[in-house]
Amino acid sequence: MALTPADVARLAELARIRLTDDELSALAPQLDVILDAVAGVAEVASADVPLTSHAVPLTNVFRPDVAGPSLAAEAVLAAAPAAEDGRFRVPRILGDEQ
Amino acid sequence: MNELLRATASELAGLIGAGQVSSREVTQAHLDQIEAVEPRVNAFLHVAADRALASADAVDAQRAAGEPLGPLAGVPLAMKDIFCAQGMPTTCGSRILEGWVPPYDATITSRLAEAGVVILGKTNMDEFAMGSSTENSGFFVTHNPWDNTKIPGGSGGGSAAALASFEAPLALGTDTGGSIRQPASVTGTVGVKPTYGGTSRYGVVAMASSLDTPGPCARTVLDAALLHQVIGGWDPMDSTSINAPLPDVVGAARSGDISGMRIGVVTELGGEGYAPGVEQRFAEALEALQRRGAEIVEVSCPSFDYALAAYYLIMPSEVSSNLARFDAMRYGLRVGDDGSTSAEEVMNLTRGVGFGAEAKRRIIIGTYALSAGYYDAYYGSAQKVRTLIKRDFDAAFATADVLVSPTTPTTAFTIGERVDDPLAMYKADLCTIPSNLAGNCAISVPCGLADGLPVGFQVMAPALADDRLYRVGAALEAELAAGWGGSLLDQLLGSPAGAYLEGALR
Amino acid sequence: MSVELYDFDQAMAEFDPVLGLEVHVELNTASKMFCSCANVFGGEPNSRTCPVCLGLPGSLPVVNAKAIESAIRIGLALNCEIAPWCRFARKNYFYPDMTKDFQTSQYDEPIAFNGWVEIEVDGEPFRIEIERAHMEEDAGKSVHVGVSGRIGDADYSLLDYNRAGTPLVEIVTKPITGTGAKAPAVAKAYVAFLRDLMLALGVSDVRMEQGSLRCDANVSLMAKGATQFGLRTETKNVNSLRSIEAALHYEIRRQAALLAGGGKVRQETRHWHEEGHTTPGRSKETAEDYRYFPEPDLVPVAPSQEWIAELRNTLPELPDRKRKRLNAEWGFADQEFADIVNAGALDLIEATVAAGASPSAGRKWWLTELARRANEAGCELAELAISPAQVAQLQALVEDGTINDKLARQVIDGVLSGEGSPAEVVAARGLAVVSDDSALAAAVDRAIAAKPDVAERIRSGKVQAVGALIGAVMQELRGQADAAKVRELVLARLS
Repeated sequence: MALTPADVARLAELARIRLTDDELSALAPQLDVILDAVAGVAEVASADVPLTSHAVPLTNVFRPDVAGPSLAAEAVLAAAPAAEDGRFRVPRILGDEQ
Repeated sequence: MNELLRATASELAGLIGAGQVSSREVTQAHLDQIEAVEPRVNAFLHVAADRALASADAVDAQRAAGEPLGPLAGVPLAMKDIFCAQGMPTTCGSRILEGWVPPYDATITSRLAEAGVVILGKTNMDEFAMGSSTENSGFFVTHNPWDNTKIPGGSGGGSAAALASFEAPLALGTDTGGSIRQPASVTGTVGVKPTYGGTSRYGVVAMASSLDTPGPCARTVLDAALLHQVIGGWDPMDSTSINAPLPDVVGAARSGDISGMRIGVVTELGGEGYAPGVEQRFAEALEALQRRGAEIVEVSCPSFDYALAAYYLIMPSEVSSNLARFDAMRYGLRVGDDGSTSAEEVMNLTRGVGFGAEAKRRIIIGTYALSAGYYDAYYGSAQKVRTLIKRDFDAAFATADVLVSPTTPTTAFTIGERVDDPLAMYKADLCTIPSNLAGNCAISVPCGLADGLPVGFQVMAPALADDRLYRVGAALEAELAAGWGGSLLDQLLGSPAGAYLEGALR
Repeated sequence: MSVELYDFDQAMAEFDPVLGLEVHVELNTASKMFCSCANVFGGEPNSRTCPVCLGLPGSLPVVNAKAIESAIRIGLALNCEIAPWCRFARKNYFYPDMTKDFQTSQYDEPIAFNGWVEIEVDGEPFRIEIERAHMEEDAGKSVHVGVSGRIGDADYSLLDYNRAGTPLVEIVTKPITGTGAKAPAVAKAYVAFLRDLMLALGVSDVRMEQGSLRCDANVSLMAKGATQFGLRTETKNVNSLRSIEAALHYEIRRQAALLAGGGKVRQETRHWHEEGHTTPGRSKETAEDYRYFPEPDLVPVAPSQEWIAELRNTLPELPDRKRKRLNAEWGFADQEFADIVNAGALDLIEATVAAGASPSAGRKWWLTELARRANEAGCELAELAISPAQVAQLQALVEDGTINDKLARQVIDGVLSGEGSPAEVVAARGLAVVSDDSALAAAVDRAIAAKPDVAERIRSGKVQAVGALIGAVMQELRGQADAAKVRELVLARLS
């Protein structure tokens, strides 16, 4: 499955990363090499093998529904690139809420 | 006096506890060493001198007041820049987080504070823990103290280099595919990947959530055990942490008795691609263990051949999701906001500029592996390989108490040698990755030099059996030291290559 | 910009609507879904956040036990199967109101699935199949700064993350067919039913105007006789029960016009405007690829059979069962009972009866006088500022003769204005019926004196004329008299 620079550009868009043209052309073959190397997993991963998403099989880890302290708003906003009226200020949003 | 730098953490704690030396003296000595050797080593991204001295003073005051001190109280530590410490910058080696100061402490940071451990500063790392050489740091490259033209390993090269250059007796790292063990191997230090879930990930910036494991780094096996004891254990803030007592890692390290232990050599982790010097040191280490009463057996774990492939699918997938939050909206770098650009555009530009090449590579791979239509073939299949690897480990541990291998196939390679060949770079993790996929524990212990550069010996044990690592590690350490007349690092200090390290030691 | 709208009845003659409803319920837990920040509405912006709900680097989620409990109870109340083992999943997409740029939700392993509910519209029952109910977390709130305050022409936006991390349960129906022209009413009734159910379970405040109950309405049209569903639109921003009905009514007319004119319906998300129309969203046509995968920071949720049974025992009498029971107990005619249900007055009347009134009295007040007031105020019955207990008190005051029906209306005025309980309003406004016989007698005498010719007619046997005198007395006493008693006194005087 050869990745074209266009494929890479589409993936970069999905990942919200602006790549330069040089990066696009350099990345496509590099990714191909890597993907070829990893494609082998499909060979051994037969249908009867269950998957492991966690190394240690824990279940039902919960915490009691008790409210605790929150961070002070100043601490929260301290790192904001921009803030106004106690809120994070962000550039105009093009997409709709999901 | 400057012998303080050559002392182990255990010895320092003893001296401080007995009042024979102050924590301030110890801390200052290390700060001096940092100043002296950093131009050659470049291990630290941030040195917190004032804060460290204040912490040291607090321990000294406690001692003076007759309050009981913990086993590592007053001892300095270098912290990989992936751990959050309130008020101290945390960059994860990335430009996208340059200047970010966390408003909270990692659980491990809190435990260190309670134990009276003194944090000297934050060490350099491959950006967001992605790499095997620390060359992917967005800031600068760290140099291997053994040979400044060589890499110190990665992603935790800064911590390992700090230990090997005597800038700190203790260090912290995280191990996702070998990022503690491989740097330990190439710097002649000790690095441990605890059982997954055995050390809290709360406050440790996530790379690959199901693989990341914070762990202790030191110059001796006992020091690593003492640190493991302080940082390990259940944390209610981490849903994946194990609610069970830590095994007696310190007791095991002090004992080092391995008579009758079965040591399994993994067939698949050797042979082609492994440097001859590495394989020779490995074989000699096996003999050393035999002299101590262990029995060597051979085991085969065929699915280990697929471990690298599975890892480089699972890890980038989780990375692509974990790194999405760096979107220029709430913290970190923001680029391109001229008042008319959209939020989407600002995200694109910031991430394009803020992330380095390796980070981008892995995010793109991960995005691809998770995307509609590819999930089953890539991420889904890789998670199945994980099961196969676990099964191989389970079968092997039925015939051996621990499994062993070289930690990494080669000694430290030259800076710049593999940056343009990602696959070659990834192969540094061949031996370490299986344990991350299965979630069990592993340690790297120095076992000699090859061409003047350190070789590491890896011991792997079942999940929750971390004590076995220290038992075997201590045995090997003692047996080899008897033969060398000292530690491996003593050999660096005694050689011309290590003369610059003596700078502050004198 | 004029949008063509087909005649609704004509549309229903040519097409069959298919509905899909996604309802989000905000749980009323004390703390958030994955952290211990307080789960409270409002507050200073960004004052109820922590590293976890802010998604700060290094933060990790821990599941709220009560949220799981509520989700299971909701699933049971919806007649769903409860998953013996399920996981959370990450839904990955970038948006400034999402602190992690992924939402921790559930994907192919919802905690509850394959359920059903039965609702009624004008006495006709409808069975709604429930596809799933799953858990997820809410995002932050944005304020768009620009000319209109809407996102479309905003210069920038301001984010408040207090709401981020609030526990939500999303309930998704299977496609709802066979509703015909009642489709909008069915949708409204379904959401009203869910609201009552959540209130009965005590898991949410379900106030649509506050956002603790949200509905996205999906509808498509199938030509009569067709076998494949048409393309559907999803309409958001429907913030009240009336809006659900109105929005679907509109969308059906809009889609029918398109289809009847030979055009195609675009599968898209639309935005409802209270003025009475929908507009298309601004997102791209290509579907977002959410790259779902199991949440690695959380471990599976595996409720035991014992726990599920325990929770099943905590379920209150569910609304449809209650309806059947009350219908039997109250003995109203079917249409009368249907009116009660349709007016959303069932629980109110039940509570009024529990407070001491008779069912017919309860029905009288809630369906006539109070329904009129609710209509005028443009609100639901439950939102009026009078409680069932107060209505029962009102009825008691009428029954014991303290006031009459007419005066009762003024008492209602007072209670709704916040002047206090019915008894307090009667006292404060001096509305009690005059019970002092001598005062009444004096007023009767004055009325007789003022209209001697009427009095004469009564004396001569024309009893019907008594009305004029009663009227005069009532007028003088400002209605504060028992009309029957006044009649008695007048006749006694003139016999």
